[in-house]
Amino acid sequence: MGASSGPKRLSGMQKQALALYRGFLRAARSKPAEERRQIESVVSTEFRKNSKQVDRKNFIYIEYLLRRGNKQLDQLKSPDTVGLSSLSVDSSQTTGSSSS
Amino acid sequence: MATSLIRRAISRVQSSAPAARLLVARAHASDSQAQKVESKPNLKSFQIYRWTPDNPGKPELKEYKIDLKECGPMVLDALIKIKNEIDPTLTFRRSCREGICGSCAMNIDGCNGLACLTKISSDSESTITPLPHMFVIKDLVVDMTNFYNQYKSIEPWLKRKTPAPTPGKEIPQSKSDRAKLDGMYECILCACCSTSCPSYWWNPESYLGPAALLHANRWIMDSRDEYTQERLDAVNDEFKLYRCHTILNCSRACPKGLNPGKHIQNIKKLEMAP
Repeated sequence: MGASSGPKRLSGMQKQALALYRGFLRAARSKPAEERRQIESVVSTEFRKNSKQVDRKNFIYIEYLLRRGNKQLDQLKSPDTVGLSSLSVDSSQTTGSSSS
Repeated sequence: MATSLIRRAISRVQSSAPAARLLVARAHASDSQAQKVESKPNLKSFQIYRWTPDNPGKPELKEYKIDLKECGPMVLDALIKIKNEIDPTLTFRRSCREGICGSCAMNIDGCNGLACLTKISSDSESTITPLPHMFVIKDLVVDMTNFYNQYKSIEPWLKRKTPAPTPGKEIPQSKSDRAKLDGMYECILCACCSTSCPSYWWNPESYLGPAALLHANRWIMDSRDEYTQERLDAVNDEFKLYRCHTILNCSRACPKGLNPGKHIQNIKKLEMAP
């Protein structure tokens, strides 16, 4: 990492991840208030979990997550999709997500 | 490459005459049983590409040894045997096991093909990887979203400006008009051709690829379709169509024996016509 002073310089991949997060928040805005809160909590938990757990040098996996996220975002953007629900498989919250 | 084509052709001939093979098998049944007792297992090792998002590390080639004497003749049989008996986590798409669904497209010993139509080679080792230059979801399963979206973008359905001659009935077509569709309607969208095309590797987003263009030509040539000119205009693009440099890897790869290169050439010819 560079010097700690000044604005943080983000890598392309970090920018993509942030853009994806932003995309989710924007898509959530088009849904009803209650669903919106639900979507925002699911999405932020998932992002926060991955930001801690995923090795930042594991580009193959991060690219995979970005592609998967973009696909889910496309689904969420459709007006037919009402909300986002998550399924907890093991102890950690939110693994896969599905639309209803 | 040429030998693999021949091999494929042979395997198709054999599979089209199962009755004959059965008879032969029965005639030699007692011999082969006698042989089985004394002969050693015919081991062959498969190097198979493994990567799973659940355990995110580097992708690797994993070796599996199976006895060809206890396995069917096709690569798909070997994969299913490995999944059943050795490693149930091995992931691949398969469905019809007879080359009509296009699910099991993968790269076998460097050549794209359907695992269900490719015979296990007699070499001691085979390498199986996912389709080249496609995003891997898991093991041999690739992300086909872009490929399907490109197919969708050529509007693969009948479009009419005038109603059908008899409302509520099909639109008749002469035999010669129907014959123009031969060699195109057989495409099963397995993506073997598109993913073998170097031009498609470098421009997967902008170049439509052989499979989508073959389907574009299928609707351009359809006598019942009335949007021929619009379809031609839609693909008349430096990238969408003219990234095809007639490399013809597509025709070599096609497991159904089609010739996408020829059909792309036909679109280019029609684009030149006044």
